[in-house]
Amino acid sequence: MLRLMRRPFFWIIALVIAVFALAPAIGDDVELRERLALATVYITLASNLNLMLGYAGYVNFGSIVFFGLGGYICVWLVNAHNVPLAASLLAAGIGVSALALLFGLGILRLRGAFFALSTIGINEAVQAFVQNFEPWGGSAGIYISPAVFQPLGGAARALWLIYFMLVAVMGLSLYLSYAIKTSKFGLGLLAIGQNEDAAAVLGVPTPLYKALVYSTSAFLPAITGGLYFFKSAFIQPSDAFDLSLSTEAIVIAMLGGQGTVTGVALGAYLYEELRGYLLTSETFSHFQLVVSGVLLLVIVLFFPGGLMGFIYSRFPRTQKVLE
Amino acid sequence: MLGIIASIIDGVLVGLVYGLAAMGLTLIWGVMDVINLTHGTMIVAGMFALYGLASVLGVPPYLALPPVLIGGFLVGVLLYWVAVHRMVGRPPLMSLLSTFAVNLVLIGVGTGIWGTALFNVAVSLPGVSIGRYTFPGAHILAAVLAAVIAGLLYLFLHRTRLGKAVRAVANNREAAELVGIPTTRVLAVTVGCGVALAGVSGMLIGTLFPFTVLSGDGFQLKSFVVTVLGGFGNPVGALLGGVALGLLEGAVTPFVPVSWTLVIEFVLFVLVLIAFPGGIFASRRGAL
Repeated sequence: MLRLMRRPFFWIIALVIAVFALAPAIGDDVELRERLALATVYITLASNLNLMLGYAGYVNFGSIVFFGLGGYICVWLVNAHNVPLAASLLAAGIGVSALALLFGLGILRLRGAFFALSTIGINEAVQAFVQNFEPWGGSAGIYISPAVFQPLGGAARALWLIYFMLVAVMGLSLYLSYAIKTSKFGLGLLAIGQNEDAAAVLGVPTPLYKALVYSTSAFLPAITGGLYFFKSAFIQPSDAFDLSLSTEAIVIAMLGGQGTVTGVALGAYLYEELRGYLLTSETFSHFQLVVSGVLLLVIVLFFPGGLMGFIYSRFPRTQKVLE
Repeated sequence: MLGIIASIIDGVLVGLVYGLAAMGLTLIWGVMDVINLTHGTMIVAGMFALYGLASVLGVPPYLALPPVLIGGFLVGVLLYWVAVHRMVGRPPLMSLLSTFAVNLVLIGVGTGIWGTALFNVAVSLPGVSIGRYTFPGAHILAAVLAAVIAGLLYLFLHRTRLGKAVRAVANNREAAELVGIPTTRVLAVTVGCGVALAGVSGMLIGTLFPFTVLSGDGFQLKSFVVTVLGGFGNPVGALLGGVALGLLEGAVTPFVPVSWTLVIEFVLFVLVLIAFPGGIFASRRGAL
C-alpha cells in the first residue's frame, strides 16, 4: 500500500472517488446521483472484467453472472432472513468468489476461445438454475418489503447511503486493478496474456493464476450487484443475468483501452454519457445494441488500443503517470 | 419403454439437423481458426427467411431452400469482408470480439423490427406411423435433407477443385499461397459456405419448432456442443456429433423439464472438452 501511495496515480484515483462522492452530495442533486450511480456500476463491472480481458487476455462474455448472483444472494439474505445489509453484501462477495474459484478450476483448464464459449454457457446454466429455484422466487423473482429500509433510517437516507457504498466499491475496484497491475501476480497475468505457453515455461503457475484472477474479478461485481438490486428493491432472473450488461462491460473495456486502469474508468464514463443521449433520442432508443455493436466493431477493427492507446501514442509521457 | 425408443428416434432425426448447423460453425473454425459468434443469429436469419418466403409470400416451405442457400452464401461473403478479413492471423480474442460485435448489430436490428414475438411456420406433411407412434413428416424430411446437404458438402470438399483448395488452406495457409491458391478468395468462400449451412439448417429447424429473434443462442450452444463432440474442423464428425446430441436429447426429454436441457448440454460441453481436448471423434489435425 505504501509503495503505491508514493505514486501520483494513487492520488488521481482518490480525486476521482472524491468527485463522485461530493458532486451530488453538495447540491443534494438526486438526478445527478442516479446518473453517477450507473457510472459507478459500469466502472466496477468494466474494471473487474479488465482483470481478465486486459491483463490475462481471456474474454469473459458472462461476467454479468457475478453481478446477478451477488444481487440474488444479498437480496435473499436481507429479505428472507433479516441479515444486516453489510453482512449480506460481504456474504454475496465471498460466496460468489468461492463459486467462481470452483467454476474457474474447471473451465480455466480450457484455453482461449473455449474458455470464452464456456463463460456464455455458465451464464445460461446459472440463469436456468435460478429460474427453477423456488426459494429465490423462480422466474417471478424477489420483491423487497419497504420495512428493510428502516434500520438504515428510511428510504431517502438509505438511497444516499447505498450511493456512497457504490462509490466506495468503485474506488476499491480501481485500486484493485492498479495494485494487481503493479504486483508480481499482475506481471504473471500480463505474461499469460501475451503468450501462455511461454509464461508457463518461465515458471508462471498459469492454471492457479487464471483461477485466482477469475475469482478475484467476481468479488466486487457481486457486492455491486447486491447494492444495485437492494436499491431497486426487486430482482428477477431476466434483469439479473441480462447479457447486454456484460456486453456493455466489454465495449467499455475496449473503448477505454484494454489492460489500462484509467482507460476503463474513462470509457465507462463516456459510455454512460453516450447511452444517456441514445436513450433520450427518438431515432436511437430502440437501437442501443446496434450502436454498441458498431462501436465495438470499429474499435476492434481500427483502434485495438482504445482511447488510452491513442493517448499513449500521442503523448508518450503520460505513460509514466497514467496506468 | 416404446415411448422412450420413439423419443430417441425422433432425437436422431432432429440431431441430423443440429449436425448440419454445426458443420457451418466447424468449417469456418477448421479453415481459419475463427469462431463465428454470429452463427446463432445466422441460424435465426434462415428461420426468418423461411417465414418471409413461406408464410408471407406463400412459397411452398421446402422451395425456400435454394434461395436461403444462395442468400446465406452472399451474407457470409459480406461477413468475411466486414468482420473476419482483418482478423485472420491475429489473436483469437480479436475475431471473437469482431464477430460478437456484428452479432450485436444483427440482434439489435432483429429485435428492433420483430421484437421478441414467437413465429411459427405451419408445415403439413403426412407422418410415418409405427405402432402407436407417429413420426412427423417434417422431422423425417428435415433429417433427409440435412443428410443430403452434408453429403454434398463432403463431395464439394473432396471432389471439386475449389473444395480441395479449401482443405489445402485449412492444412497450411502459407503453403497453399505458395502453390498459387488465392487464399483470400478461398477464405471468403469458406465463410460463405459456413453461413449458408447455418442458414439452411435454420430454415429446416424453422419447419420443426416455433422461433423468436433470440432463439439463436440456444442453437449456437448446441452447435458448439456438437462441434466439441465431433472434433474441430471435421464436418463429417459434426454430423455424427449432431446425431449423438439428438440421441442424448431424445433419451433425456421424457425425464427432465425442458428448461434444464441446455444446462445438461453445457455441462457435457465442459466435461468433454476437459476429457477429450480434441473432441471425441477427432481424427488427425487438419483432417478436413
